[in-house]
Amino acid sequence: MSIDLSQFHQVFFEESFEGLDIMENGLLVLTPNSYNSEEINTIFRAAHSIKGGAGTFGFQLVSDFTHVVETLLDQYRSETRTVSQVGIDLLLESVDVLRSLLDELQAGREPDLTQSVALKQSFETFLASTEPTANAPAINSEPEVSTASEDNSEITEKEIANNSESVSESDKGFWRISFIPSVDIVQTGNEPYRLLRELSELGQTTTVVFTDHIPDFPVLDPEHLYLYWQIDLHGDVQKEQIDEIFEWVVDDSTIEVQWISSSDSAVSEISSEQNVAELTANKELPSEPPVASIQANPTKIEMAENRAPSEITTEQAKVARPGPAATENQSIRVGIDKIDSLINMVGELVITQSMLGQIGNDFSIDKLQRLQEGLIQLEQNTREMQETVMRIRMVPISFTFSRFPRLVRDIAKKLDKQIRLELIGENTELDKTVMEKIGDPLVHMVRNSMDHGIETPEQRIKAGKKAEGCLTLNAYHQGGYIVIEIVDDGKGIDPQVIRRKAIQKGLILESDEYSDQHLQELIFHPGLSTAETVSDLSGRGVGMDVVRRNIQELKGTVELDSKVGFGSTFRIKLPLTLSILDGQLVKLGEETFVLPLTSIIESIEVSPEQLSTVAGETDVIVLRDEYVPVIRLYEVFNIEPRNRNIFEGLVVVVESGSYKIGLHVDDLLAQQQVVIKSLDTNYRRVEGVSGATILGDGTVALILDIAGLLSIVGEQTLKSTSLTKAAS
Amino acid sequence: MSKILAADDSASMRQMVTFTLKGAGFDVVEAVDGVDALQKAKAESFDLVLSDVNMPNMNGIELVKNIRALPNYKFTPILMLTTESGTDRKMAGKEAGATGWIVKPFNPEQLLNTIKRVLD
Amino acid sequence: MSNATVEQNGLGELSVDDQKAISEMHGIDQYLTFVLDDEEYGVDILSVQEIRGWERATKIPNSPKYVKGVINLRGTIVPIVDLRQKFNLVEVEYTPVTVVIVLKLYFEAGERTVGIVVDAVSDVYSIKEEDIKGSPDISRNKNSQFIKGLATVNEKMVIVLELARLLDDEDFANVAVAP
Repeated sequence: MSIDLSQFHQVFFEESFEGLDIMENGLLVLTPNSYNSEEINTIFRAAHSIKGGAGTFGFQLVSDFTHVVETLLDQYRSETRTVSQVGIDLLLESVDVLRSLLDELQAGREPDLTQSVALKQSFETFLASTEPTANAPAINSEPEVSTASEDNSEITEKEIANNSESVSESDKGFWRISFIPSVDIVQTGNEPYRLLRELSELGQTTTVVFTDHIPDFPVLDPEHLYLYWQIDLHGDVQKEQIDEIFEWVVDDSTIEVQWISSSDSAVSEISSEQNVAELTANKELPSEPPVASIQANPTKIEMAENRAPSEITTEQAKVARPGPAATENQSIRVGIDKIDSLINMVGELVITQSMLGQIGNDFSIDKLQRLQEGLIQLEQNTREMQETVMRIRMVPISFTFSRFPRLVRDIAKKLDKQIRLELIGENTELDKTVMEKIGDPLVHMVRNSMDHGIETPEQRIKAGKKAEGCLTLNAYHQGGYIVIEIVDDGKGIDPQVIRRKAIQKGLILESDEYSDQHLQELIFHPGLSTAETVSDLSGRGVGMDVVRRNIQELKGTVELDSKVGFGSTFRIKLPLTLSILDGQLVKLGEETFVLPLTSIIESIEVSPEQLSTVAGETDVIVLRDEYVPVIRLYEVFNIEPRNRNIFEGLVVVVESGSYKIGLHVDDLLAQQQVVIKSLDTNYRRVEGVSGATILGDGTVALILDIAGLLSIVGEQTLKSTSLTKAAS
Repeated sequence: MSKILAADDSASMRQMVTFTLKGAGFDVVEAVDGVDALQKAKAESFDLVLSDVNMPNMNGIELVKNIRALPNYKFTPILMLTTESGTDRKMAGKEAGATGWIVKPFNPEQLLNTIKRVLD
Repeated sequence: MSNATVEQNGLGELSVDDQKAISEMHGIDQYLTFVLDDEEYGVDILSVQEIRGWERATKIPNSPKYVKGVINLRGTIVPIVDLRQKFNLVEVEYTPVTVVIVLKLYFEAGERTVGIVVDAVSDVYSIKEEDIKGSPDISRNKNSQFIKGLATVNEKMVIVLELARLLDDEDFANVAVAP
């Protein structure tokens, strides 16, 4: 029966990636010439586990590479080498290499070994060149598994020369084994009886037991073993097989293995006292036979041919690996408490259902109140279950945040800037899918802040700031959203610089007047970059518009708050769940639409004084000190409304990012939670529509996408209305 | 039905060991580190203990010492799962009271064969 | 079972699922036929999910005319296409016997569930692949891309449709809405 190890691969990969994260975080904390025992041990264990798992599950490549990593860490751990910057950097590099090796292996591809081979070489050079402190054990530069079975230790020196000859010929002689266990051998869980049994499986045995060491009863310790044995073993047996059987007890016992050839006339009598006297403390076994050699079956072991176990499993692994492999994590860890909660709630739901079933079975009007109570109960059960289930998909944002210490360190180094990173709110939870997808946009924005936001130490000092810049990632919950802020205390975004660039690129006209806020937000426009020299780090301004689009795809928004000289804050808002929405139902003609409740600022009936026109074509309403463009939804959607007159019906003012628009509808209906159903599963994406939902009466209502509606309205309209009343 | 306690901080190792041993008819309880293992050893009675050496919170060597100190584990076989090629770790294990060891990496067959040496 | 080249199985005798089972068993293709503007059309029965009456669909803004909207099919949003309008035939009012055939179609991108509005459902026929013949009229027909060929069943002509092309990706791609 052979077990398919590939079923454990996914878990191995997952825990290895986690282990790499642990290693990285630990390495970032280490300082040269210091000894932080706890950190170093943690890092060591992580590397050790990866190596062990890799070997066990057939990833010899990884195991071999990790070996040098482990060796260095072991030296740090045992303080035979002092922690140095070079060592830390090598180890950090190894984390990167391992990540990419494991990535490739997880995806079922053959990894490119150039980097790992080169780095391994660097490790070996490093390990060999610097003189480690104190007494260092010899560097074991070979991974254990690749060694074929070496010559096994001899348990005793009392071997007769004939041994090297064909000892396998049983008629030429036999083995005489004297086995004197130490008195407390059983307290290590070793049973001499078992050892004797194993010997008897190798061949024919004749066993003599000696009882003369047993003390008198009063002084006899029942937990001690006072017996010893002499076993004559006939058969086609190699000495290594016998040694193997005694492998574990060889230090706690006195064991002598002799070959007695039949030609010997005098078979030496072995006396126990003689043995004890002659056989002094056993030497330590210089090397261990590979585990592969432990077998109970008595056939001759051919050590040279015995392939190392990992070789076999590697081949198995190669054959067994299926086609497409998951590149993204397809599993989620859930606390058992959440699962137990859920199970309880399902139980309550069943009770409520059965109660309602009973009422329904034999219904009469006098049961009406009970029915209503039951329905209230049902609503509560459903709501609780819904909340719990959604929480299952939530993970703390720390998973995403964790890559930043390393990233910031590396980039700051590259840019020659001093930047301190602060992470706040790492425990804030968000939907797992959202978390996985927000990582890249965040990285881009952090890079942007580091590159264009935070100044060089000289510039900062000149500006009266501390040489070290501060970058903060802050995550918290607000309403049904998670807010992620990226705050830097750099030089801020200069609207005038952007204005010049935008005019240069033909995005705006010299004569156009815009608010500072609007100008700053032009950084989200494709094709705009504010760097004097385009660094290869952030690339051109292409980055920010892709970032915003990615965030919008997650049904989120991004705002910018920046002050020249002081710094910038990017604020990303993401819904906590992609499947449920608090909605405001609105009526337009015959159709019912759903607006996300969180996007609604207010609904007003427009009076003639409030209405105005901008640039001769766009209707705006004057709301306090802002101009808010109005969209006639019935025009956009080609629906016959009840009211074409904007003064009848309602205008719902909604916002997306920092833009506001007013939507002209016929009526406001109820507010309710709706389940978001995909429109593009069977149809396609429709601009201005983010999905559909099924109302209580079974009909379908479309959910409006405010950001999408904004883009329908058009840049022009929004730009021209972005002037505040004060500025006009 | 022999009961085995398997301690290893690596989930994939635990899975592999459990799967292998259960498939061979053993009862298996998993522990994630020495502290967890000791707690479980106290709570239930095991016929065999398998333990990794490098674990957080309490390593394998410490675990062996502590288990041996429990009254009903004086003679229980305890096997260390060790990747160390050097003999000192193995000796440390033995000194702590371990029965023997299995060298990592091992495959399921090797695991079963070794266990059959100490369990009937 | 007779040895004739085509056979007729009454729809009333066997359910759609049974028909599918028979089809798979014998290796003969079974087609569900329906009427559209007095013509008989046939679709592979294996892609027929169910048959429903017409119910009001929620309109999708700025979609092609023949996309009537979407309906709720046991929790999934399914678009409804009016085949008359798709084939540029004369439009008619929907009546109580207007029928929607819900199909599961397979594209390169994956699979989609779509409903088509037809005048009435006819029957299920077994048609052998070799009996589906092309004809010069077909290639001239501007709807020819959807047509697999013609078959004769009980002296009637059945236009066999190629479902995969019936609702090609163009309809279902991302089309920007004109402001």
